[in-house]
Amino acid sequence: MNGNAVEISGLTRKFGDFTAVDHLTLSVARGEIFGFLGANGAGKTTAIRMLCGLLLPTSGQGSVDGHDILKESEKIKKTIGYMSQKFALYRDLTARENLDFYGHLYNLGNSTLKARINELAEQLSLTPFIDRLAGALPMGWRQRLALGVSIIHRPSIVFLDEPTAGVDPVFRRTFWGLLYEMAEQGTTIFVTTHYMDEAEYCGRISIMHNGQLIELGTPHDLVAKYGAKNLEDMFIDLIRPAGASNEEN
Amino acid sequence: MKKIRFIAQKELYHILRDMRSLIIIFVMPVMMTCLYGYAINMDIEHISLAVIDQDQTVQSRALIERFYRSNYFFPPKYPVNYHDPDQLMRASNAAAVLTIQPGFERAVQTQQAFELGLTIDGSEVSQAAAVQAYASGLLNEYLQDRLPPGTTLPGVRLAQQVLYNEDLESAHFFVPGIVSIILLMVSALLTSITIAREKDTGTLEQLLTAPVSPGQILIGKLLPYIGIAFIDGLLVLGFAKILFSVPFVGSFWLLMAVELIYVATALSIGILVSTMVPTQQLAMQFALLLTMLPSVMLSGFIFAVKNMPVFLQGVSRIVPATYFLKVVRGIMLKGSGFAVLAPQAGFLLILMMIFLLMAVRRFRARIG
Repeated sequence: MNGNAVEISGLTRKFGDFTAVDHLTLSVARGEIFGFLGANGAGKTTAIRMLCGLLLPTSGQGSVDGHDILKESEKIKKTIGYMSQKFALYRDLTARENLDFYGHLYNLGNSTLKARINELAEQLSLTPFIDRLAGALPMGWRQRLALGVSIIHRPSIVFLDEPTAGVDPVFRRTFWGLLYEMAEQGTTIFVTTHYMDEAEYCGRISIMHNGQLIELGTPHDLVAKYGAKNLEDMFIDLIRPAGASNEEN
Repeated sequence: MKKIRFIAQKELYHILRDMRSLIIIFVMPVMMTCLYGYAINMDIEHISLAVIDQDQTVQSRALIERFYRSNYFFPPKYPVNYHDPDQLMRASNAAAVLTIQPGFERAVQTQQAFELGLTIDGSEVSQAAAVQAYASGLLNEYLQDRLPPGTTLPGVRLAQQVLYNEDLESAHFFVPGIVSIILLMVSALLTSITIAREKDTGTLEQLLTAPVSPGQILIGKLLPYIGIAFIDGLLVLGFAKILFSVPFVGSFWLLMAVELIYVATALSIGILVSTMVPTQQLAMQFALLLTMLPSVMLSGFIFAVKNMPVFLQGVSRIVPATYFLKVVRGIMLKGSGFAVLAPQAGFLLILMMIFLLMAVRRFRARIG
């Protein structure tokens, strides 16, 4: 594979008069952990949905894993993994059945899939819950399962939309440990978060505001650039002048 | 394809683990069969019929006895004596009056043309239709018993015999309609929630990021329901057969084959509805509305299609129950074979393809 994992320019999406994403241009290198930050309603989810082929852009272009997002969404779907902000798995299926179902949709053979499910259950500490209905899992374990489903086919890029929202700090630590492992093995991770301590873990972060990309760089460089105490202060300073809501969650 | 199989399997889990689906599948059809069946069946049996017998012969009394021995007619509670049918009807509160003029016996014996009078209370439309049908049916039976073999000339006619064909012989006429309508409603209801449920719960979002096409998803979802709705069909047919002792003269396997096509068509309507509305609630209401009213009013279940205005006749052609009704009536009551019913099966297949293609198109458009 050549080129960047994600490459977009001028990506725009309008809903009626409202411009959710406004001329977004950025590129993400392979194996990078890319943090996609912004307040609620900044356009992060809309951008991710366009990259995953769930939504067509109004204008602009881009490629994911070398495939055009306008014309080759079928190819993109095979190589990416997606974890939605909202729990999007079948609650009336067990954890194993959810993993099994998606594994088959990604064309994994029975024996490969079985081994992969065991491996993931181990990695995500899901083993004791594997035969419980997904709807009956505690929050943190639901997120683990959702991550498991999004990486069942060992995608080259994963898009994680608020993967740690509503889970405890201990699990957040484990979660990021897993992401690091995956990145080391070459997986590109495109992640949105509300937690600034998590943003510190990212190789680079971008900050979106009112649909536009207003800042992009390593966490360290950005903090230095604005002379802020830490990432959180920088973020708030950056967002506030434009009059956006600072409400978290 | 393999992916279709896994979607079908997943869908089956949803069905088997959802109490609401199970109720729609197993309880509703049986309940509706009893309800519809009895409501309609009771209405049209035991019709009070007054008789003016001016012939007063063995034959005329035999005819009257034939009428009263059937389950359909009984004498008025308060017998009164009038020579005018209109007066008699009002005085006795009968739904119909049969007038046998002098000369009936002679006409029967000599195969002469003869007219019997049948005056019907037209204010009860469906009952009036039933009276006509029963009376002509009973009269035909009576005459056939008396005709020398090989004779076909009907000597005696009912003066009021205008509408309706020989299909309308008995209450059995309604059962195929009930079967058609219940199957259509239940099937459409079942699939109407499948896509809507995935929208409701947010699972559709995850599903659409996986490499599956809209066609694969929709067909995968359809498959388990075809099996289930087919079993429902057996259930409803079996119940109707036992409860209302409908005859079954034709081929069981032919009926099963067409039933399979019919439920697939009905399920496609549900799938189409499912792609159009955002919530399960709305989907169910929409599916019921779309299937129940047209099937009851326009399929020929109550009103004959050929008596409808041209526009409504056109509409009745896109109502699947119109075709299946003919098939069930044909097979159960007349023993019609494949050659006669092939066009109906063909139309159902075409309707199914149209509904499915529309659903796939709508579904694809939504993703964009």
